[in-house]
Amino acid sequence: MTAPEAVAVLGVGMHEWGKWGRPFHEYGIDAALAALDDAGIGWGDVQFVAGGETVRNGYPGYVAASTLSQALGWNGARVATCYAACASGVTALDAARSRILAGLCDVALVVGADTTPKGFLAPVAGERWDDPDWLRFRLLGATNPTYFALYARRRMDLYGATDADFAKVKVKNAKHGLHNPNARYRKEVTEEEVLASPMVADPLRLLEICATSDGAAAVVLTSMAYAKQHGVGAPVRVRAVSTVTPRFPNTVIEMPNFSTDSAAALAPPDLTFRDSIAAGAYEESGIGPDDLSLAEVYDLSTALELDWYENIGLCKPGEAERLLNDGDTTIGGRVPVNPSGGLACFGEAVPAQAIAQVCEVTWQLRGQAAGRQVEGAKAGITVNQGLFGHGSAVLLTS
Amino acid sequence: MSTNAVPAVEGWFTTDAEPHLLGTRCASCATVFFPRASGFCRNPECRGREFDEIELARTGTVWSYTDAQYQPPPPYIPPADTHQPFALAAVELAAEQVVILGQVAKGYGVDDLAVGSTVELVVEPLYELDGVEHLIYRWKPVASGAAS
Repeated sequence: MTAPEAVAVLGVGMHEWGKWGRPFHEYGIDAALAALDDAGIGWGDVQFVAGGETVRNGYPGYVAASTLSQALGWNGARVATCYAACASGVTALDAARSRILAGLCDVALVVGADTTPKGFLAPVAGERWDDPDWLRFRLLGATNPTYFALYARRRMDLYGATDADFAKVKVKNAKHGLHNPNARYRKEVTEEEVLASPMVADPLRLLEICATSDGAAAVVLTSMAYAKQHGVGAPVRVRAVSTVTPRFPNTVIEMPNFSTDSAAALAPPDLTFRDSIAAGAYEESGIGPDDLSLAEVYDLSTALELDWYENIGLCKPGEAERLLNDGDTTIGGRVPVNPSGGLACFGEAVPAQAIAQVCEVTWQLRGQAAGRQVEGAKAGITVNQGLFGHGSAVLLTS
Repeated sequence: MSTNAVPAVEGWFTTDAEPHLLGTRCASCATVFFPRASGFCRNPECRGREFDEIELARTGTVWSYTDAQYQPPPPYIPPADTHQPFALAAVELAAEQVVILGQVAKGYGVDDLAVGSTVELVVEPLYELDGVEHLIYRWKPVASGAAS
């Protein structure tokens, strides 16, 4: 398979992250208009709207693309709403990109917006005895941090990671996000403050687990030909999108499951699911981890960011702590990770988050990431994982 | 165990003195499933539709572990007015080659666990609803060398 054509990122925009409890589409409109203004086009030029679904806002959330289109004023655009848990935003982006590459449209708007409750993310209401996401709360009291903590403890056992290593991830990301106008938390923290915060799910503490936030992000994707006609000769380009699922047997326990697949009959695949997510984007684009200037990874917890270093090929298994401690992943280092500040500074707005990662990489590649710029950035990857077997990665170049 | 007690979920475990988790095994490829699979085998190389009900091994080794210092949100039903932190463990069963998540037995915490340590299956009360005790499987640390 030859590498697919690139599509242009003509515009990006966000509504800042926070907690206000307003209807999700109000944030979405602000992000969409910001992205359209950034692209220098009007809402009437948009031919396709892809939305990330939000499951906690009733029917309007299930049909997010249509809700946003109606709110912006029906323009006849075709719509698709995509759900892939935390990976929803990139599944929507992939639909837009595919439609452009198929020649079915030139201009697409991708939007994710959310309003989230306080505290732990919980399943939607109602008794559902056949839904593992409901059952894990009822039968085990297993929250999302339960799973993050299992991975964190595993790093400690396998690689000798320490509480201090994990805390340093938070310290780094808090520093990165300090001047990011869209970040919810813009405050430096010390290692001591992280370690003094209350334990939530041993070994993870409150300041090491991402919060849930309101927020919205939007991207205007166009064909390269349209961008050129529009006078943008060298836009940031999407080179690959990976939306892979696991291969059986997946032998790492994943949210919201009670168990792994059994490897009794069939040997596990060479790559773990999390390894296969970025690998899919590298394979599609022909661009590898050594080519990256930066990465935006899904730091649902401090320890999980370290897992991602290895999963996206920045280092070998067991070397992530060294990479962090050597400053390689800090702005100014070899390959800065989460220059936006990551989820540590944003908190998660589920359908918007994967799109926000694309916004950040775009700003970095344009040299517009004021106060957090990775100098000379030429290539960046976003990567995330949503429950029920959804991965997402986007590879972008200048 | 009180006679006025029922499993919190039907068909996942036995409640005898030496309880077992109940799973299924594909009659064609022998892949094991917990919770039980039925209908169609999830091994992509298999087209089996027949499953045998099996009892899983009662002991396993800890793959990883954590605890819940804050009360989980509904549909978790708190067993008491004030939250009592509890531990959870993901446990690897050698023959079945599967890792199963469960709460850790009452009275044990993260300090009683280590990756690779041995645990055994027990059944304990999870919550009370309308005067009926609801039971759940849990993993109980076994002193080294004492695994049954």
